[in-house]
Amino acid sequence: MNKDWPLWEVFIRSKNGLDHKHAGSLHATDARMAIENARDVYTRRMEGVSIWVVESKYIHASNPEDSDSLYDPANDKAYRHPTFYDLPEEVKNM
Amino acid sequence: MENRLSYTLYLADSALILSHRNSEWTGHGPVLEQDIAISNIALDLIGQARNFYDYAARQINQSGLNDPATEDSLAYLRDVPEFKNCLLAELPRGDWAVTILRQFFFSAYQTLLFEKLQHSGVDDLAAIAEKSLKEATYHLRWSSEWVIRLGDGTQESRSRILDALDQLWMYTGELLEPAHYELAAAVEGYGPDPATLKETWLEKIQEVFEEAVLPVPGNEWMQTGGKTGKHTEHLGQLLAEMQFMQRAYPGCEW
Repeated sequence: MNKDWPLWEVFIRSKNGLDHKHAGSLHATDARMAIENARDVYTRRMEGVSIWVVESKYIHASNPEDSDSLYDPANDKAYRHPTFYDLPEEVKNM
Repeated sequence: MENRLSYTLYLADSALILSHRNSEWTGHGPVLEQDIAISNIALDLIGQARNFYDYAARQINQSGLNDPATEDSLAYLRDVPEFKNCLLAELPRGDWAVTILRQFFFSAYQTLLFEKLQHSGVDDLAAIAEKSLKEATYHLRWSSEWVIRLGDGTQESRSRILDALDQLWMYTGELLEPAHYELAAAVEGYGPDPATLKETWLEKIQEVFEEAVLPVPGNEWMQTGGKTGKHTEHLGQLLAEMQFMQRAYPGCEW
């Protein structure tokens, strides 16, 4: 039965102001069921205030073999990091 | 006092017994996601049952007439005729269609009941109802979706839910037919007369059944008795399992 149900990726926002984070995946027949399943599987301990689901087949991933050309060039460019600013105390979650 | 206690126990017992039936799916659900969903519902119901039992125990202890009671003694140490749950709750879990359809009938009833009960003249009942209404609303939404999915699904799912409907319909009348303690609750203003919920309940069933392409059965003969302690053989079997530990090892804890 499982193999007939498409796979969905679940993203949960844990509280207002934060981003949705990938929580895991699950099986469901349609988007509505995916959201209900996500509610039951991933928010039963009060983990979230908002749920996104997307069918896994619509996620496109980068190829691990390309990682040298994709990420290494950024390795020696410290000037791209905004680390030279003093952050005010009030700014959280940055 | 006697009536209010019976009323509280009826609410507690119905939640506990249905919770136990749903918990029988834990580890056996058709897919992992639904195993967790039905177990969550079982946990919600056991939470409701605890709150109602706690209030029932306080009534008993304040009256000083009976032996002291706790939520545990009320759940584990009473026998079949003392339970007041509706018959619908105690029927075997059946297949997934029976479980779903029973939950749908029950949640449609609970939602309407708690909407009224949250304005109960008794603060304890009002508070429990207000908290439980959110849970019942989700149970209703979840089970409605499944009724539609099964009714308007495959040939097999449809034939299964039609069988479930045949089995369960005659147990729905009892939910909306007042027992003597419910009439007392209505008179004294701490609980609705279930007969006043009947029309809205039927409308909800019709609305979902229409989408599920299921027939709404006519006015058939209805089974009653659970609310006043006259149960099917299934409750005895359920209690034998649920109460085994406390009966075999009185007072055991872990």
